[in-house]
Amino acid sequence: MFPFNFEWIWDMSHVVFMGGLWFALTILGLGMTYCVIKAVIDTAKGKGAHHEEH
Amino acid sequence: MDTALIPEGVKRDPLWKFVLKLGPVVAVLIWGVVAMLLCWIKGLNQTNMNDYYGFALWIWADLAVIALGGGAFFTGLLKYIIGKEELKNIINFAVLVGFICYSSALLILAIDIGQPLRGWFIFWHANVHSMLTEVAFCLSCYFGVLTIEYLPLILENRQLDRVPFIHNLSHNMHEIMAVFAATGAFLSFFHQGSLGGVAGVLFGRPFAFREGLFIWPWTFFLFTWSAAACGPCFTIMLLKITEKITGKKLVKDDVVRLLAKIAGWMLFTYIIAKIIDTWYWAAVTAPSKGFGLMEFYSNNGFYGIWILILEVVVGGVIPALILITAKGRSNPKTLTLAVVLAVIGVSVNRWAMVLQVMAVPVMSFDQWALYYPSWQEVATTLLPVAYGIILIALSHRYLPVWPQERELNPVEATAGPVSAEAAPGAESEEETSAEPEPAPAQA
Repeated sequence: MFPFNFEWIWDMSHVVFMGGLWFALTILGLGMTYCVIKAVIDTAKGKGAHHEEH
Repeated sequence: MDTALIPEGVKRDPLWKFVLKLGPVVAVLIWGVVAMLLCWIKGLNQTNMNDYYGFALWIWADLAVIALGGGAFFTGLLKYIIGKEELKNIINFAVLVGFICYSSALLILAIDIGQPLRGWFIFWHANVHSMLTEVAFCLSCYFGVLTIEYLPLILENRQLDRVPFIHNLSHNMHEIMAVFAATGAFLSFFHQGSLGGVAGVLFGRPFAFREGLFIWPWTFFLFTWSAAACGPCFTIMLLKITEKITGKKLVKDDVVRLLAKIAGWMLFTYIIAKIIDTWYWAAVTAPSKGFGLMEFYSNNGFYGIWILILEVVVGGVIPALILITAKGRSNPKTLTLAVVLAVIGVSVNRWAMVLQVMAVPVMSFDQWALYYPSWQEVATTLLPVAYGIILIALSHRYLPVWPQERELNPVEATAGPVSAEAAPGAESEEETSAEPEPAPAQA
């Protein structure tokens, strides 16, 4: 899972498998972080407030 | 009673009728939950799995729902990456179906591993030489992608959407959905393929073993290809069932025909590749391991050559020929027939690659080992079906799944939301909200 785990070996299999996993998780994590932070900023600027009036 | 939660401008059954209709499905769900608890509390002795069948009904169900859930990644790829904008009218439903399929697959795996509390071992103590590890990684990550794709639909519920932060969040998620869709397509390609790869690398099982390209047996590519072809067919099949149950047209014919055409050509090219693969395997690969073709289909009470014909001809060639012709996919009856046959075809393929592989004798002293699932296995396999029906029903009732529903089923305008309880009469059979709905941030 991580290089500091006792079973970790610096070989191609570990780098490809775990690198792929962390790459995908990083994209998803960064994408969602961007969405949440932008939503906070947009809300602070008053965007989307008109929806309360429906 | 729940009128305020129903999307604006559409008709829905009164709440009591909705709950009543779901009653039998909830009963099946409870039956499945009881069986699931039995498997967790008493262990896998509740199943009929044995030394022959370490993979059994659950793994077939897993592979089948993962293939059928492929409609989400392929439709997402077509819409967000290739730019088939027309598919925006069915992408919500494709994502919903994919979400149900993949959450079902994970649920079944959680039962199948026997000790779900140790499920995290596959991540922490990963065997990096196993295709199943790759499947576990991609499956979990792709379920995350599907959750991210389904979440904006929930956030667009009429009441939730009024909260500015939630409205902005769903809007932002739509804006970068292409990134998530591309990640999903990447993950799907590998886990669909690796599920096929698991069977193809079994050199001790000549029924499954295939040669291939570098480390990937041909089954790797065939599984991905078949999922991309049959997943959209499953989405169309469920759409037709939903339209039949609700008595409404929910997606325009041109959108369905476009998806059916693309799925048809995918299925047509897949089935050609599958026939070539089967011929080469029967003529070269299996004989090189000491087996003739008919040895895989004789001397047993179940697995005849009919299963190969059902998979390749009935579930492959026929639906492909229907879907690639304009006349075939324009006729609602032949279209429905084709998508049902394609779903059967890919399900039979997964059955053969999981269960027939286990049944075929490989040693001279071996005999065919047939397997019958226990009621607990059957109940836990039906559990995701019941769960899926409930989730589709709830999403249809409370979420804006269908961008074209209001146009296809116009509701007479009234002063405001009218429920059956509040205004019996013209709308007495259905709850209605006829307020104009604000356009979604992005369909």
